[in-house]
Amino acid sequence: MKIIAWFIAFIALILTGFMLLTAGWERPPIETVQSGYRGTGMAEIINPRVDPVRLEEQLAQVPTATPRAPDGPGPRAGDIYQNVEVLGDLSVANFNRVMQAMTEWIYPEVGCAGCHNLNNLADESVYAKGVSRRMIQMTQTINSQWENHVAETGVTCYTCHRGMAVPQYTWFNADSDVYSADGFAGWRNGQNRPAEAAGLSSLPEEPFSDLIENDGEVRVGGTTALPYTGVEGASIKDTEWTYSLMMHMSTSLDVNCTYCHNSRSFGSWESSSPARVTAWHGINMAQSINTEYVSSVSSMLPPHRLGPTGEGRKVNCTTCHQGVAKPLGGLAMAKDYPSLQSPSGGSQAAVETAEASEALAAVSLNETVEDDEPAEL
Amino acid sequence: MFEIENTNIFTRAQVHGPADYGTPLPRGSFDRTGPVLKSYWLGKIGDAQIGPIYLGYYGIASLLTGFIAIQIIGLNMWASVGWDPVEFVRLLPWLALEPPPPEYGLSLPPLNEGGWWIWAGFFLTASIFLWWMRVYTRARALGLGTHVAWAFAAAIWLYLVLGFIRPIAMGSWSEAVPFGIFPHLDWTAAFSIRYGNLFYNPFHMLSIAFLYGSVLLFAMHGGTVMATSQYGAEREIEQAYDRGTGFERGGLFWRWTMGFCANSESIHRWAWWFAVLTPLTGGIGILLTGTVVDNWYLWGIQHGLVPPYPDTGVIDPALIAPQGGGQ
Repeated sequence: MKIIAWFIAFIALILTGFMLLTAGWERPPIETVQSGYRGTGMAEIINPRVDPVRLEEQLAQVPTATPRAPDGPGPRAGDIYQNVEVLGDLSVANFNRVMQAMTEWIYPEVGCAGCHNLNNLADESVYAKGVSRRMIQMTQTINSQWENHVAETGVTCYTCHRGMAVPQYTWFNADSDVYSADGFAGWRNGQNRPAEAAGLSSLPEEPFSDLIENDGEVRVGGTTALPYTGVEGASIKDTEWTYSLMMHMSTSLDVNCTYCHNSRSFGSWESSSPARVTAWHGINMAQSINTEYVSSVSSMLPPHRLGPTGEGRKVNCTTCHQGVAKPLGGLAMAKDYPSLQSPSGGSQAAVETAEASEALAAVSLNETVEDDEPAEL
Repeated sequence: MFEIENTNIFTRAQVHGPADYGTPLPRGSFDRTGPVLKSYWLGKIGDAQIGPIYLGYYGIASLLTGFIAIQIIGLNMWASVGWDPVEFVRLLPWLALEPPPPEYGLSLPPLNEGGWWIWAGFFLTASIFLWWMRVYTRARALGLGTHVAWAFAAAIWLYLVLGFIRPIAMGSWSEAVPFGIFPHLDWTAAFSIRYGNLFYNPFHMLSIAFLYGSVLLFAMHGGTVMATSQYGAEREIEQAYDRGTGFERGGLFWRWTMGFCANSESIHRWAWWFAVLTPLTGGIGILLTGTVVDNWYLWGIQHGLVPPYPDTGVIDPALIAPQGGGQ
């Protein structure tokens, strides 16, 4: 009997050492909430000691919005200030309120000087001013054209920036030379490193340029039971790229595969949860804003902001989500800033009052009622 | 402290006598070589006699080609970390030699884009075949049956399907498995995802059944023999002829518990077939994937294999909204 006790103790010791020396273990109890048909394993997994705390910590840092001034018939910001290409339709008071909010969201310590020459606020010499102009347009586009992803919650600068000049979670295009060891041996096809984007697996490290910047095909699974001649299916290597992106999405949102998919058939929409539709629009949105907006500011950035390919940082799911399925738990910060909600948000603001802005928010709510976003998300 | 002698981990009785050099070899053979040693500690878990070993032409050629294959794989892995020895060790589980990208099809790609993979595969396959010849000829030289060689051949079949036969059938080396620890596991997962879930592949099911069956038989047989070794049951052949022996008690035990039992000959036949059928059926399943069936889940639906679950009502948004359109 003694030997059995020794044997069990030995195994327990190995397992304990394994647990202590390897990462990613969470002690029980873990809460699970069923989110799909019974038996499919579709459930949300919540660690009550970690997950709510992460969101609480994020929410605790959100700056409070100052009340909007009644947007009377007075002069517009664009008439008073020079070089106002965006938000110029706001009243001076509300324009300054947005500027103030952006300072808190992006440059809480540096202040106005983050974007402006303090001797002449209209001066265009600070590159960050041009960048933020483009990013305001991006925010307006996201809120007005991508409601199928951001719903009525919308986004503000803070959704990504969180009090930092450069959002914490971004990516650079991988340098294909380093990436594939351009030489006689050692080619690795962009993979076979502990890939941070893909849960430290050996999957491709940077699936983003292919799949959420260029419109590479995310869908890889066979669509018919039998193969058809003449139809070039996805290769296994393509599949690894998609797999890497999916691992990234799972990590970004802190959810399992089954948050969106019934894992017995990842491709089948009829067995997926509504969240997958939201995520699908999110992939399209990331592709669109990376190409239309984020890439276009690369030329304005100083060298120290550029990655190995000479391009600036780009966005992926983590940029906004930051480990929460709904960024900031669905805190609707954008509703306080109608001027960020659409390119015409400013001109509407020319006539709107505080009450009217509430009506506007209600209208945008109605527009997205039929959205596929599930209520419990 | 605790008693070393037990029947669960260590061999209880060791034979330490004059070295056993085996039966005489046929004319024209190499000699069995090497010093014959006795090891008390290895005798605790196996046979106390080490050697003599027989290398022969096949053995030498197999070791040589195997060495070349390992060198190609290892040096490519090392090159992929810029020849940094520390990174090589640190990242070893992640490193791999990748097969060519899809655009090369079955043509010979540049060395650094899969060409090395093809050479490594060639030498590894040569090494494995030569080792198989060695297993076969050594069994014949001892006057044995060739069951071990054919069991090994079953494993070689699965290896060839994965890296050679199926890629040729698919018309692309890129379908093959990379040489690497984690990368081949990622390949496996991606393979199942690409082809609609391998769990709905009937030959995968068979392979799993034989694999788990092998484990079960191994546990039953090993457990029975250890439990009856206090009656000398591990000396199976002598005991197969007699009633009331230790091995017969093992058989009695199984007849009591489940009515039917193997005998000391048939248990090994069961085990051999279960083991051999695991890679044999698995290889068939892999070979059919992508060549004959593109999505095993959809195939399973067509053939009543997949249990229906309620539709979630979600519709592919690509059918509703144009991609990239926003609204």
